[in-house]
Amino acid sequence: MIWDWAFAFEILPVLASAAIVSIEATLIGFALAASLGLVLAVVRIAVPWTGWTISVLVELIRSTPLLIQIFFLYFVFPKFGVVLDAFTAGVLAIGIHYAAYCSEVYRAGFDNIHRGQWEASVALNLSAWTTFRDIIIPQAIPPIVPALGNYLVALFKETPLLSAIAVLELMQTAKIIGSETFRYTEPMTLVGLFFLAMSLVSAALIRSLEGLLNRRTMR
Amino acid sequence: MTEQPMVRFDNVSKRYGALTVLDGLNLEIARGEKVSIIGPSGSGKTTVLRMLMTLETINDGVIWVEGEPLTHMERNGKLVPADLAHIRKIRAKIGMVFQSFNLFPHMTAMQNCIEAPITVLGMKRADAEARAAELLDMVGLSEKKDHYPSQLSGGQQQRVAIARACAMRPKIMLFDEVTSALDPELVGEVLEVIRKLGREHDLTMLMVTHQMGFAKEFSDRVCFFHAGKICEQGPPSELFGAPKNERTRQFLHAVLEAG
Amino acid sequence: MGIRTLVAMLAVALVVIGALATQESYKVFMPGLLQGAVLTIEIAILGSLLAIVMGVLAALARMYGPAPLRWLATVYVEIFRGTSALVQLFWLFFVLPQFGVTLDAFLVAVLALGLNVGAYGSEVVRGAIQSVARGQWEASTALNMSRPQMLRRIILPQAFVAMIPPWGNLFIELLKSTALVSLITLSDLAFKAQQMNQNTFKTIPIFTLVLLMYLAMSLVVTIGMRLLERRASLGLARGKAA
Repeated sequence: MIWDWAFAFEILPVLASAAIVSIEATLIGFALAASLGLVLAVVRIAVPWTGWTISVLVELIRSTPLLIQIFFLYFVFPKFGVVLDAFTAGVLAIGIHYAAYCSEVYRAGFDNIHRGQWEASVALNLSAWTTFRDIIIPQAIPPIVPALGNYLVALFKETPLLSAIAVLELMQTAKIIGSETFRYTEPMTLVGLFFLAMSLVSAALIRSLEGLLNRRTMR
Repeated sequence: MTEQPMVRFDNVSKRYGALTVLDGLNLEIARGEKVSIIGPSGSGKTTVLRMLMTLETINDGVIWVEGEPLTHMERNGKLVPADLAHIRKIRAKIGMVFQSFNLFPHMTAMQNCIEAPITVLGMKRADAEARAAELLDMVGLSEKKDHYPSQLSGGQQQRVAIARACAMRPKIMLFDEVTSALDPELVGEVLEVIRKLGREHDLTMLMVTHQMGFAKEFSDRVCFFHAGKICEQGPPSELFGAPKNERTRQFLHAVLEAG
Repeated sequence: MGIRTLVAMLAVALVVIGALATQESYKVFMPGLLQGAVLTIEIAILGSLLAIVMGVLAALARMYGPAPLRWLATVYVEIFRGTSALVQLFWLFFVLPQFGVTLDAFLVAVLALGLNVGAYGSEVVRGAIQSVARGQWEASTALNMSRPQMLRRIILPQAFVAMIPPWGNLFIELLKSTALVSLITLSDLAFKAQQMNQNTFKTIPIFTLVLLMYLAMSLVVTIGMRLLERRASLGLARGKAA
């Protein structure tokens, strides 16, 4: 028999608990990406001479495979006497990788702020920090929330890469089940369906969020 | 037997949801007739041309071209909505010039004029080029034949668009506010080409225009549209000289005041 | 980033790779890594070709196909965009054989990556076609062109220019995704790196070289697409400045 329902139900709880690891990795990784990305984008504006360095750094990170970056962090830290467990190293790599993408999103958001807003802030003698915190960021962030949301979903779909350094997330768990039982159909397909369901739901959420934001700015 | 009208709108209606753009339009245009459509914006005048060009579907009624239905076809003695093959057969008799030119930006003036003759009519390239050269000469742009639209002025682009439409040898030409997007000093050259076209070619012409002077001088008949209906129609001398309808008078008064 | 900066970065990357390759501690890894890079490039090129074909076909099917075809294309796009590339790769590699279809790992790699990126590509093609001005469709209709004629002669040539930058990004994504094939036994660049790292624990030299090699390959793609974009937009923009 090609598809065994009993077997599928049997492995479901194991996969469900592994899914929690995947989701944890996603949330921690994205928190890192979103905050580090914002820092990169702000530093770039606040300290103009860093612009070029940050561009090159972002280009470097975006031009090389995440999998290699995961391996690199996982194996290179011990060389400096810091031993990171696989989950930490993997999530760190994912977070840094997506921070590069997020920083470009923030940058676009900042670029869309009308010059007059900066000039008015200068005219009111606001400090750079206050200008960012109270004037620029509140205007720049809402329009880019959907773009950030898309990266959250993209990041989530890359968590299976953590299986390459044996983090017990969904994919690794499915592979272990497969190699122990010689049945790959059910675990792999269930993993695929889980990702599909999560992606479709998030896509719908992002769309309604977009609608909400559009209405808000129309007002 | 009396001659078939070139175009006949038979009780044609067009609605967008709750909004009725055209309400039971009846209009016949004779072979070779030049008809101008005037009226305030939103009166449905452009929709008349777009329906005839099949750019818009119709909700009610039938449009006939040379006695054959355009929007419908006969099957077992009944009229059913036309399929694409039928529409393309009838549509071949109609050409259109747009307000915003709509030249193909990736093709030169010459390429714009030979594209459809080659792909649609299956003409040989040399024949198509010869005909296009003649037409570009007629619109006074022989020297610009290898220019891209972005290298031409608005007036020149519109003249290429006229040549391009003529290259398909239509019997009916539709002009949709063809001078509205032009700078005032370029309007004349385009109108001159249309005059020439009217003189030298045996064409039925239907134009939506804001150029009252041109409509008066050029057309055989003027139709004044208001709120999706023909409010008044007649020879330009009558319609412009002694409008019978109050709305027509108001409209002409407002337009002439502004002009 | 400007094309000059990109070319400068590529030059620096190549010079650094060259300089490192003369160092004793790096030299030993070069032949193996280059061998891996060749496989990476092969998979990237074939995968990209498949992605283009699938992207165009799926977009046209979704926009103009009859209902069943439209439905099929939508399912394809949603499935391949909704699950991750690695899941698709593993599914084709581990699950297909259980249905009695055993494909060679190389073929699985090209199929999975090409189908994955093709799904994203179909959205790019669709967006570019929709970005062509409505007047172009109307003018083609007024000239009585058939739908395939309009698409081929008028719409696609104009949409092509708009497609180049997003396709450039997709090719980079695909190139980076080729690293995943190391997890289904193919000896690509990532696999060689991982293997040598396990054998020698010389993490820093190996991964420095590998990262630089991927960077150089990505930059070649980016620069190539920029040049293509410049050439293609020439036809549309000719004389616009004048």
